[in-house]
Amino acid sequence: MIADKKKKKNSLDRKFRLSEFLAEKIIKAVSFTSFAVIILIFLFVFRETLPIFSAKDNVKSKVEVEPSETYGDDSPSSGVDDVKGNYSTLMTADEKADLKNLMGTEWQPVSSKPKFGLWPLVAGSLKVTLLALLFGAPLAVLAALFTAVFAPKRIKEFIKPAIELLAGFPSVVVGFFALVTLASFFQDIFGYEYRLNAFVGGVAMALAVIPIVYTVAEDAITSIPKSYSEASLALGANKWQTALFVILPAATPGIFAALLLGFGRAFGETMIVLMATGNASTLSFNPFESVRTLSATIGAEMAEVVYGDTHYTVLFLIGSILFIFTFALNAAAEFYVRKKLLKKFRGE
Amino acid sequence: MMKNKTLGYSVIAASAVSVVLLIAVLVYMIAEIYMGGRSYLSWEFLTAYPEAGMQKGGIFPAIVGTVFMVIVMSIACVPVGTITAIYLNEYASRKSFFTRMIRFAVNTLSGVPSIVFGLFGLGFLIQFVGAGMDKALLGPGEVKWGQPNLLWASMTMAFLTVPVVIVSVEEALKSVPDELRAASLALGATKWQTIRKVVIPNSISGILTGSILAIGRGAGEVAPILFTGAAFFLPHLPNKLTDQFMNLGYHVYVMATQSTDVEATKGIQYATAFVLLMCTFTLTLIAILVRYKFRKKLKS
Repeated sequence: MIADKKKKKNSLDRKFRLSEFLAEKIIKAVSFTSFAVIILIFLFVFRETLPIFSAKDNVKSKVEVEPSETYGDDSPSSGVDDVKGNYSTLMTADEKADLKNLMGTEWQPVSSKPKFGLWPLVAGSLKVTLLALLFGAPLAVLAALFTAVFAPKRIKEFIKPAIELLAGFPSVVVGFFALVTLASFFQDIFGYEYRLNAFVGGVAMALAVIPIVYTVAEDAITSIPKSYSEASLALGANKWQTALFVILPAATPGIFAALLLGFGRAFGETMIVLMATGNASTLSFNPFESVRTLSATIGAEMAEVVYGDTHYTVLFLIGSILFIFTFALNAAAEFYVRKKLLKKFRGE
Repeated sequence: MMKNKTLGYSVIAASAVSVVLLIAVLVYMIAEIYMGGRSYLSWEFLTAYPEAGMQKGGIFPAIVGTVFMVIVMSIACVPVGTITAIYLNEYASRKSFFTRMIRFAVNTLSGVPSIVFGLFGLGFLIQFVGAGMDKALLGPGEVKWGQPNLLWASMTMAFLTVPVVIVSVEEALKSVPDELRAASLALGATKWQTIRKVVIPNSISGILTGSILAIGRGAGEVAPILFTGAAFFLPHLPNKLTDQFMNLGYHVYVMATQSTDVEATKGIQYATAFVLLMCTFTLTLIAILVRYKFRKKLKS
């Protein structure tokens, strides 16, 4: 507000000053960096995946030029068509092979017939993420409720830094903790076969999800206007009734946003799953089986691939998927909350 | 009536228990990692090179590598973050499209998975900028910049930590009372003078908090540097930007999952994890204390 006023006052007799002009322009230019970075991430992560999409065209033109070639072993395009190259008498069959391979149910990138089925990885990511939210979200929301509503001020000043310290835990340390301690601990309790599995990964991931869900949920709860709880208390409701039936429902959009952000965080987190889930790509609903997630696949395999080959491209494709997915989640969380909350508090 | 009371108590109890549980887990994790590495922790462990195929010796190069990376990273991310925050809080009109775009970008940037930053570092910094520099500056076939090194890893990390700085600095800028700005302007200072002489000195603790938090974050992240510059073992310290480097977090990861004899080095792993944990822990704690003091000062 005041900034606007200042502007008006200045504009009455504004002299042109070069230093002022330059300072403002330079500051504006530098602040553009973060936007530029987002665009660049999008462009350059996506750029490396292009061969997947252009591979189709290569094959098409190739087949058109030399329709007699049916064995395609020396096809220069890329490994994706090598897989099905042997059967590729028909152009259409070959075209499908690309997508079919990516949509397959097996991930075996390093073999004589590499298979790049993404489904087991997607399923693995979802499994770990959902487990993490299952354990982490109730804890985080309840803790947020306690801090914002029930806790005396002195305890509050102790809890918030503690959670912030938890947020400052390096994910590699959490992963290490899960690998050496949690895994054996849970194996003793449940007696499952594989020491490292989705369950261990999910519990460890909960530790990474809790701080973000807690922070956003706590923000949402404290930003409920005082008049809400005052009205409720004035009507004779006691503290917990107010908390449970007035404050919590009013903060639902914020809490939902917190869950979305937590989901995004868990979906993209790498080191914890890389160390704690066993990294075997399986497709099942059993939480006690090893899984390989999207992010862990990049982390584990990128160092060993040859620059520019199909495996490399597919890893970048996975990266693009992660980026677009978290981007969408963040956008949804932001717009959903802003619209809903604003509407609510304006009483529309 | 009775039923209601039970419900009420259980709500309060459940929420209190979850807080206690969280803090217990926090303490237990630190204690467990400390107990595991206790016998290895010594001054020598911090100042010696790894020996005997990493099975003995210390983690000195990993510490130095982490420090170097963090320094280069801060040189990039602290000014950019601070300036962006200044723009957002001092210059930008709240409703303009440009401002909203930048805000959205900052929010998005803080939500991008760290591994995607790693891919970005590889695809953009190394394969595009680095390889481009090689082509332009060196002869054909020579590779100096177009490979993983300290500079690219630090830059990748800087992209990741810039939102941390922005958020902290903006909070500090917001808490500078408008009366101070008005007074400065009324005395005839220009806007840029006001920012330089009044606003920034009054929010220096916010800049400090932001930098410390960013450093803590950068020291702890591993995913972005997995393939942009971290090395498993190097016999010498990095002495130029094009060198690869060792890193504490990467050291923990590699030792725990990929070394030849994981069981034999368990103590070293615990101790390294503890050192890393203490670094980030101390940094976060300092940041919290600085902010706390600053807020107190503002109130009085």
